Amino acid sequence: MQEWANQLCENRQFGSKMTDSKYFTTTKKGEIFELKAELNSDKKEKKKEAVKKVIASMTVGKDVSALFPDVVNCMQTDNLELKKLVYLYLMNYAKSQPDMAIMAVNTFVKDCEDLNPLIRALAVRTMGCIRVDKITEYLCEPLRKCLKDEDPYVRKTAAVCVAKLHDINAQLVEDQGFLDTLKDLISDSNPMVVANAVAALSEIAESHPNSNLLDLNPQTINKLLTALNECTEWGQIFILDCLANYSPRDDRESQSICERVTPRLSHANSAVVLSAVKVLMKFMEMLPKDLDYYGTLLKKLAPPLVTLLSAEPELQYVALRNINLIVQRRPEILKHEMKVFFVKYNDPIYVKLEKLDIMIRLASQANIAQVLAELKEYATEVDVDFVRKAVRAIGRCAIKVEQSAERCVSTLLDLIQTKVNYVVQEAIVVIKDIFRKYPNKYESVIATLCEHLESLDEPEARAAMIWIVGEYAERIDNADELLESFLEGFHDESTQVQLQLLTAIVKLFLKKPTETQELVQQVLSLATQDSDNPDLRDRGYIYWRLLSTDPVAAKEVVLAEKPLISEETDLIEPTLLEELICHIGTLASVYHKPPSAFVEGSRGVQHKRLTSSAGSGESVESPDTGSAAVSEAPPTVIPSQGDLLGDLLNLDLTPPTSTGPPPTTAPGMQLGAMDLLGGGLDSLIGDESEPPPIPLRTDTPQSPQPPHQSPSPPHYSPTEVAPGNHTGSLGGDIGGSPAMGTGFGAPPAAMPASFNAPISGGLDDLFDLGGGGGLTMGTYIPPKSVWLPAMKAKGLEISGTFVRRSGVIQMEMTLNNKAMSVMSDFAIQFNRNSFGLAPAGPLQILTPISPNQSIEAALPLSTVGPVMKMEPLNNLQVAVKNNIDVFYFSCQYPISMLFLEDGKMERQVFLATWKDIPNENESQFQIKDCHLNSDAASNKLQGSNIFTIAKRTVEGQDMLYQSMKLTNGIWVLAELRVQAGNPNYTISLKCRAPEVSQCVFQNYETVLKN
Amino acid sequence: MIHSLFLINSSGDIFLEKHWKSVVSRSVCDYFFEAQERATEPENVPPVIPTPHHYLISVLRHRIYFVAVIQSEVPPLFVIEFLHRVVDTFQDYFGVCTEAAIKDNVVVVYELLEEMLDNGFPLATESNILKELIKPPTILRTMVNTITGSTNVGEQLPTGQLSVVPWRRTGVKYTNNEAYFDVVEEIDAIIDKSGSTITAEIQGVIDACVKLTGMPDLTLSFMNPRLLDDVSFHPCVRFKRWEAERILSFIPPDGNFRLLSYHVSSQNLVAIPVYVKHNISFREGSSQGRFDLTLGPKQTMGKSVEAVLVSSQLPRGVLTANLNPSQGTYTFDPVTKMLTWDVGKINPQKLPSLKGTMSLQAGASKPDENPTINIQLKIQQMAISGLKVNRLDMYGEKYKPFKGIKYMTKAGKFQVRT
Repeated sequence: MQEWANQLCENRQFGSKMTDSKYFTTTKKGEIFELKAELNSDKKEKKKEAVKKVIASMTVGKDVSALFPDVVNCMQTDNLELKKLVYLYLMNYAKSQPDMAIMAVNTFVKDCEDLNPLIRALAVRTMGCIRVDKITEYLCEPLRKCLKDEDPYVRKTAAVCVAKLHDINAQLVEDQGFLDTLKDLISDSNPMVVANAVAALSEIAESHPNSNLLDLNPQTINKLLTALNECTEWGQIFILDCLANYSPRDDRESQSICERVTPRLSHANSAVVLSAVKVLMKFMEMLPKDLDYYGTLLKKLAPPLVTLLSAEPELQYVALRNINLIVQRRPEILKHEMKVFFVKYNDPIYVKLEKLDIMIRLASQANIAQVLAELKEYATEVDVDFVRKAVRAIGRCAIKVEQSAERCVSTLLDLIQTKVNYVVQEAIVVIKDIFRKYPNKYESVIATLCEHLESLDEPEARAAMIWIVGEYAERIDNADELLESFLEGFHDESTQVQLQLLTAIVKLFLKKPTETQELVQQVLSLATQDSDNPDLRDRGYIYWRLLSTDPVAAKEVVLAEKPLISEETDLIEPTLLEELICHIGTLASVYHKPPSAFVEGSRGVQHKRLTSSAGSGESVESPDTGSAAVSEAPPTVIPSQGDLLGDLLNLDLTPPTSTGPPPTTAPGMQLGAMDLLGGGLDSLIGDESEPPPIPLRTDTPQSPQPPHQSPSPPHYSPTEVAPGNHTGSLGGDIGGSPAMGTGFGAPPAAMPASFNAPISGGLDDLFDLGGGGGLTMGTYIPPKSVWLPAMKAKGLEISGTFVRRSGVIQMEMTLNNKAMSVMSDFAIQFNRNSFGLAPAGPLQILTPISPNQSIEAALPLSTVGPVMKMEPLNNLQVAVKNNIDVFYFSCQYPISMLFLEDGKMERQVFLATWKDIPNENESQFQIKDCHLNSDAASNKLQGSNIFTIAKRTVEGQDMLYQSMKLTNGIWVLAELRVQAGNPNYTISLKCRAPEVSQCVFQNYETVLKN
Repeated sequence: MIHSLFLINSSGDIFLEKHWKSVVSRSVCDYFFEAQERATEPENVPPVIPTPHHYLISVLRHRIYFVAVIQSEVPPLFVIEFLHRVVDTFQDYFGVCTEAAIKDNVVVVYELLEEMLDNGFPLATESNILKELIKPPTILRTMVNTITGSTNVGEQLPTGQLSVVPWRRTGVKYTNNEAYFDVVEEIDAIIDKSGSTITAEIQGVIDACVKLTGMPDLTLSFMNPRLLDDVSFHPCVRFKRWEAERILSFIPPDGNFRLLSYHVSSQNLVAIPVYVKHNISFREGSSQGRFDLTLGPKQTMGKSVEAVLVSSQLPRGVLTANLNPSQGTYTFDPVTKMLTWDVGKINPQKLPSLKGTMSLQAGASKPDENPTINIQLKIQQMAISGLKVNRLDMYGEKYKPFKGIKYMTKAGKFQVRT
């Protein structure tokens, strides 16, 4: 600051003495002293100049709080300007000097009685801005007087002051009855007072969700409508927003309100216009469609919306976001206005992209020629993002307006001929969607597409091309060659391409089995043996089993007829749209998310729904069902990889962890968990130390979910909970393009019946492969494994492990910055998990990590966090935030982390408990290739808090009886049989919550083998 | 409501902050800087930026970002409108709205911001009320203040704030009573390669400068009011009268104000004042490109087209342009690739042209993009929509005012694709 102030001074020519910039020049040491002296000067003028200097310093962020008493001394003056300046200073610093601020109270109280209403208003206004509890006590009496002041200017200022006071001390405002006085002001004779009272009440109501502060009835509505005509533009916004919350009793009232609001559409202030549009859009629902007035109103809405688009770009942006909602709800309003959404080349990018979106929404048979010509023009622009979106838009037009499909395809082919790399790739992605919508119609273009195979370097385009080749393999002579060429660099491809390639080759094989057997075997072995991606491996195994057991069924599944994609999957879901229409002009409408999804200020927002006129045929649901539907249906249609992590996304990433999200947010996960576990879950999450006596369900072979039979899979589960994504892909779909949403779901329906047995067999194989994976514990610290690869986290790589040291669980991580920029502001958060693991403190990374630097961090964990059953049990979903983004990963902790040091049971108790636990809770496992003798094993296990209680030798077999206790009070009892000379141990585990057995077994295995 | 305001200059320094509620740390602007870094051009910074606890709503004017911080659900348009009003006020007070001007007048700026918002609620945004409260700085007043120690804060209660006509102060007195109205129209158009109009619309405004004594009541009527079907009025205009009679009836604010803005949509036939003949081409395999541009008047109703300025962003591969203008001067910025040709007035007998060659970087391939030509122009004494004022009458006062109406047409976003 000092620097620019000095520079400024040097650069300025004559006249600089005359301006305020001189206040910036005195930044040398001793300045405060000088100012102090000047403030205490006898000369009024010097005093004022000094206060000005103080204010100037304050505005540029310098700390002048030390001058507080001196400045306050200047307050008792008749000079209005000086008074105002001192007030400014007080507002800024009173918070940091509450005791000093008290000194100012008397003057305030005196000023509130001043003859000049300007002074009265100024005093009450300033007092409200001093956010110090002690001062607010003194504020009540003057405020009460000012609320009833004879001068409307004072009343209007006092109304806002109630809102200020409420912000500081809500209870005080209620106790003092200010809210009622404020409500009375709605009936004030002065429109400005009414407007401010409404504004204040609206703000207060936001923090009181269920209060009836703005109790609207026909009388108050009438008063508001009267005030609407006479108050300032800002007041009109408050009143209109308030009106929008009212539900008219019938269509006549609705119409009369609309009639009185319509003139606001001609206001110069765009915020007034948009708020008026909101009221009209909402109340229009009540009007019968055959009413003349309804048509008139529709016509009146178009011009003001168009006018908003000629305003400044920022206003345009907000207007466009709202128009996007309006055209979805009532396309008729703007159907003739397509041209105003044509993009000008110097529009800011955010305006361009929004305009494009609306153009597609308005596209119809009537105007498609124009739209296509425009889109083609845009595809030759400079901005890459915009060009891509334009190309995509052409595809969306084809899907939306059937008659235009042919023209769109030929436009896309023209664009492909330009050979501009990203245009070609984008075009291929959308052509794939067009194939999905109009199968067997445009396949003649495949030859052209194949010419550009080499130039594709983006995964999405490659995947799209591979899908096309696989889908139409029978018509492409050299399909096998083409796919084989992709196969060469299989491991370098992204997962998306790998999955697609696998599916495409299987399709090819089913279509041309004779020539391609080798190819399919190659891809299956690549996918199952050489890949460490669980999704790919699973899909590979499933195909493998499918093909080897029942090729006919395989054909039915893999080559099943795919449902056509619907015309617009990117439409906002109707209940959400209705809610957003009620919130036109707000932030919610800009983000197209319900107000409840916002971080702050969402406390009080109630879900609003449109109420339609009786008999108009639209469903009227209760607000409750409406809101539930909204929260369960996120606006994105396509589940992406990230969605697998479910409600982790909703967590607030502030370092001190407190509570998890409400239990309703992750329906998919919870249902899955409940279904699998039944009563077992209760015992697992119960915090009583005594095992509950409820009989527990065990998984029996008859269980309807083969994949979940014990042994339950170690690597499988994260993908299981979101069946829409991966299982759906079996039929050959590829996710990721906006128009593909409805393709999921149908093919897998055929699966469970016919493939029950083979699949579960296949999965067993799979688990054998994965079972050995790196779990370790106790004194032995396993090597860190990579949890979050740099590729998935914009350069942040996290590897880590878990350690239990003297009763404290720690998560030890290495954070490696592989990006080009510095990373900072780290925070960590866990999703709810089986044992309530949660960070015991914030993530301690104090210094930013510079590129190529890695940093070690140890995070102590507690086990008192929120609990949710995970699959597998020891799965932990983690979100890590830094200055760049939020990243999600999941990792598995060895269950021995949770074994308590006091896990040694009394012998008698052990015996009794063993007998007490029903036999069906017992599970038996084999530990192979373990060459320790029983004592060595016992010692090793003790290090992980698995305690041997007794040892018995029967017929050359050592029987070790062991116990361990989990952090949530669950006891696990074990019988380990070790036979001399036999490297295979047998272990029997008994526990009231048999779900943990699998984890415990894995733990034994890892401990004994390391 | 609006929590805080930060002013940020083009080099990313926060040079002024104002808080209307509790103090919000400057660090909140880091989110803005991030977005600014991502944006390729300064004007591409998104206007609404969410942060974990706040929302940042910004406008860019005069190369200064005005960033408002809000915490709860506030209509974004309300914030944006207010920010534009702040800029307008600064401009009104200091003549220009630049970083230097704001720093020079920082105390006035602070006083203004304090008067404009109270606890985040707009308080006084009308220029005449503000000027009653806080006197705008003038060289003379600053000198007088420095010498006499008087104040630039009004001692009076701003009476306008309470009257039914809050936009006009009472007791206005002038020796020369005059009322001037400027009808200014901007034509926005996109013309395609072949010269046919894709879309053309007109944004019109009537700006007034009224210096009349007392409380005059004016009516303004048009020859062809039917043109005005999409209008936004200054709050002073009586809407009912307009609805019924298509006459503008109002008590004017004192001084400069925008009486009305209107929009003539692309559905009407909009006259296009100039045509452009162009040939900008590159040949495959050659490092030379042709550039050939000729301008001519089209539908100008006999008025001359003046102050014509042609600009075009040439493809990135273009290294230099060697052109020959028949009139005016041209510049080519090899860094931004921006070609500007200051044409001046179009003489219909001798059409201005700009011809020559462009050379590409050695080895560069033929550019894919077609440059768009941007045209600015002015036509005096004509509103291109054909709007004409019929008469202006004054009631309520005895004197005879001097009246004047001026018309002007300008090009707004007038783009020709090649």
